[in-house]
Amino acid sequence: MTNAEQPLLSVAGVTVRFGGLVALSDVSLEVAPRTVVGVIGPNGAGKTTLFNVVCGFVRPKQGTLSWRGTTLRNHRPDQLANLGIARTLQGLGLFAGLSVLHNVMAGADRTAKSGLAASVLGSRGAARGERDLRAKAMTALATLGIADTAHRYPGELPYGVQKRAALARALAAEPELLLLDEPASGLSEQDMAELVTHLRTLREDMAIMLVEHHVDLVMRVCDRVVVLNFGEVIAEGDPAKVRNDPLVTEAYLGDPARERDSA
Amino acid sequence: MDRFLDLTLNGISSGAVYAALGLSLVIIYRATRVVNFAQPALALVAVYLAYAVNKATGNYWLAFAVALGAGVVMGAVVERVLIRPVQRKSELSAIIVTLGLLLVLQALVGMIWSNEPHAFPYAFDFRGRFSTNDAFAVGLVVVTASALLLLFKVTPIGLKMRASAFRPDVARLLGVRVGLMLTLGWALAAFVGSIAGMIATAPFLYPNVLDGVFVYALTAAVIGGLDNPIGTIIGGFVLGVGLSYVSGYLGPELVTMAALAILVVVLAVRPNGLFGTTIARRV
Repeated sequence: MTNAEQPLLSVAGVTVRFGGLVALSDVSLEVAPRTVVGVIGPNGAGKTTLFNVVCGFVRPKQGTLSWRGTTLRNHRPDQLANLGIARTLQGLGLFAGLSVLHNVMAGADRTAKSGLAASVLGSRGAARGERDLRAKAMTALATLGIADTAHRYPGELPYGVQKRAALARALAAEPELLLLDEPASGLSEQDMAELVTHLRTLREDMAIMLVEHHVDLVMRVCDRVVVLNFGEVIAEGDPAKVRNDPLVTEAYLGDPARERDSA
Repeated sequence: MDRFLDLTLNGISSGAVYAALGLSLVIIYRATRVVNFAQPALALVAVYLAYAVNKATGNYWLAFAVALGAGVVMGAVVERVLIRPVQRKSELSAIIVTLGLLLVLQALVGMIWSNEPHAFPYAFDFRGRFSTNDAFAVGLVVVTASALLLLFKVTPIGLKMRASAFRPDVARLLGVRVGLMLTLGWALAAFVGSIAGMIATAPFLYPNVLDGVFVYALTAAVIGGLDNPIGTIIGGFVLGVGLSYVSGYLGPELVTMAALAILVVVLAVRPNGLFGTTIARRV
């Protein structure tokens, strides 16, 4: 396999248990560079747990994660972030006491060049680092059309704008793999249409994993879809194949004919 | 009028100490929600080390530098070795550890250097209405506090420290080494505490020399809101001047009572301090 074909992320045989509950069971999947992989499934299927494993919040009981062919062992979230994995959260996770600009600058920090000593001693390098972070953060905000909110606090902004700020923060890290946890929840139709446009643009620079309940959105933007149910992968493939999979219909998408009959 | 001016200037000088020690409490409280009761003991050890260096070399400024360096090292070690293992369990455990550390360190310095007072030098001439030493103390605290505020507000490391304090889980997702930020916070706090110790101790050094100062510093921090550095610095100076008036006009025996009365009133009327923010807790 050449480097160009090598997956960015490989999840192999991952199992996670919380006490007696099996949250993920022998889950395997791969994410290639510059592809969008959707993860769908009913509530409690293990989607967020899978994200938690990939970003280092949860360590699996069994199985491995590999980044560009190198096995990751007991990596902390900050180490994974510094490899190039960024994530948005369902609850947004914006720092309420920091302005939108500072929130996004915190996201851009992994790209900062000035070190700890330079900052503490107030060197010129630290000042340059701060300017670079500011510029990157403003670029990310402008890309998502919310540069005018830079100096406001998250709590003052509508939910849709906060959501964009959270996405801007993830983008400012210049990730190679972006994990988006329900990016469309709570968005208006117009915001969702813009999200689709953004995702298609972002796909040119990075790989994206997407947990989302809006199946139409998933089918429109994803190259591949993984379906989880009770912690197991029940289907995987391109959107058309997954949509027509009877197991998926049974577990998640529902059978339109049966729904008509029962109505 | 002369008396009023004297008391005001005296109060500003004392307030600098309360502001510095209060600031050291706030830095840690903001990051970890732990009131570090060991802060005066860490400062005390730093000052005793300075005393030993000064006695051995006769070089006050070398002793001063050793105290500040010792503060940084002790702050970092205490966070890493004593606080972090217990803080994962609960904030209360960490607070109890700091109380225990206070007692242990005070006993330890008494065992090493005895409980008898030792003469401890001022940095500069301390005679006069607002002496060179007073100006040095106030100037040092103002410069240090300004530098720290700039560090927090405008540098990438300050941003990471603030992010770690607000949401450590999210900060980790952004690549921040939260543990390192906490260690750095404790080191900076102990550094500021050492400055407070060095300017508060003269003319005599003994194991309980900073106890009273700590009560006033805690009062200053509570006035400021416990999580507000600027509020604490203002609180320190206001308290210093206020207690100086109490001492001068009502009698020095009432100073401690006045400080405690202010503490109780602030907690009763504005539990989050005059400059603090409301903290919502999940119950």
